[in-house]
Amino acid sequence: MRYEATLNVNGVGYPVEIEPGRSLLSVLRSEVGLTGSKEGCDDSECGACMVLLDGRPVNSCSYLAIQADGREVTTIEGLAAADGELHPLQRAFLDQGGVQCGFCTPGMLISAKALLDENPQPSEDEIRLALSGNLCRCTGYSGIVRAVQTAARELA
Amino acid sequence: MSTSTYTAAASVAEAVQALAGGARPIAGGTDLVVGARGGKAPLPDSLVAIHNLEELRGISESEGGLRLGALVTHTEIETSETVRARLTALADASAIVGSHATRHVGTIGGNVMNASPAMETGGPLICFDATVTLRSGSGERELAVSELFAGPGSTTANLDELLVAVSIPTPAAGTGSCYVRLEYRRQMEIAIVGATSVVTLDGGRVSDARIAITALAPTIHRVAEAEAALVGSDGGEQAVRAAADAAAAASRPISDVRGSAEYRRAMAAVIARRAITAALARARGEHVPIPASPALHGATNGGAA
Repeated sequence: MRYEATLNVNGVGYPVEIEPGRSLLSVLRSEVGLTGSKEGCDDSECGACMVLLDGRPVNSCSYLAIQADGREVTTIEGLAAADGELHPLQRAFLDQGGVQCGFCTPGMLISAKALLDENPQPSEDEIRLALSGNLCRCTGYSGIVRAVQTAARELA
Repeated sequence: MSTSTYTAAASVAEAVQALAGGARPIAGGTDLVVGARGGKAPLPDSLVAIHNLEELRGISESEGGLRLGALVTHTEIETSETVRARLTALADASAIVGSHATRHVGTIGGNVMNASPAMETGGPLICFDATVTLRSGSGERELAVSELFAGPGSTTANLDELLVAVSIPTPAAGTGSCYVRLEYRRQMEIAIVGATSVVTLDGGRVSDARIAITALAPTIHRVAEAEAALVGSDGGEQAVRAAADAAAAASRPISDVRGSAEYRRAMAAVIARRAITAALARARGEHVPIPASPALHGATNGGAA
């Protein structure tokens, strides 16, 4: 059986009709059409699917879309300004070599955004801990940590 | 994924009614959905979502202790000043569950009812004499957490009962506590071996001791021999070692993808010793960071401030 729900994604309401077992990630990608959030492990291990649900980071591969009915979801597509100007975190990831293949980047940026929203001036340890639910196989993390530090300074 | 029917309960009564009709409850889904996607068990055919139920939220002072609503998240537990000060081992445990994402949506109710023998909060809850309130159509009953765990993934609760709250009595003055796990990585981890210690000091001697082992038996449980080795002692190295060895001797671990039984047995005394030592230090008023695990294992980036 399919159920009607409304997902408020990046400030826009999307009415969807979905089976209750569908993950938030699959509905975001296939029904809403926002493919920025990635499926890596599909098991809550890698963080590539990270989105904000009511402002808090959630692994969307392991959260039922139907439980997000009526709630606020922020995906990577919601980070830049409406005119397309990149968020300071996005710019810093580019400037500091925090991006290589790019697959983990949406999840990294969402986790970083959640961190800075809660703790605007994190230490390096706090950054590493906040991102330790996100796996990157390219960068070795140093550029990513530097990018978050850079963005934190800029946002201060 | 096999779920065919879903309702979002508008009240606990409605949720309980759905359980009586065969539905299974879902809160954060961090065990249920991950288990289904990993092929461990399919999603239940009928789900009743309880994540919107306000009356299951919040940490409050109740008679003689703290009451945690079933929907209290690990983030709420690890950041609660009362829990950190009074029930430190529980803060140690919740602070290392999953990742930030897991802790924001994972609830104490779900953690307990999932009944993993390797889950982090079980040892602290048992050692603090926590009870759960189970509600069904015929009313409520209180059950000790120690009597709730029946085996890996199974509880003594009936299928029509919903866990609505966890109650934890206030420990005696002079009590210190600690939960430590052996871990391969800082996040998205679950205990390879875990140990909880809750000790009360009175005039420099141990007047009460609780020691529980995690991921070392089909259920998390206290070890009476280990506690006896500590009670009456001065909490010195010799007594700590004897207690830790007794805790290890009570272990009946399995071999699985995360560690062999032999390795778990070998590490049991080490982890128990660290938990007991840190609990004693806290009872004496010494500072041990929360979560204790990374600091006690000698990590340089000790993690959360």
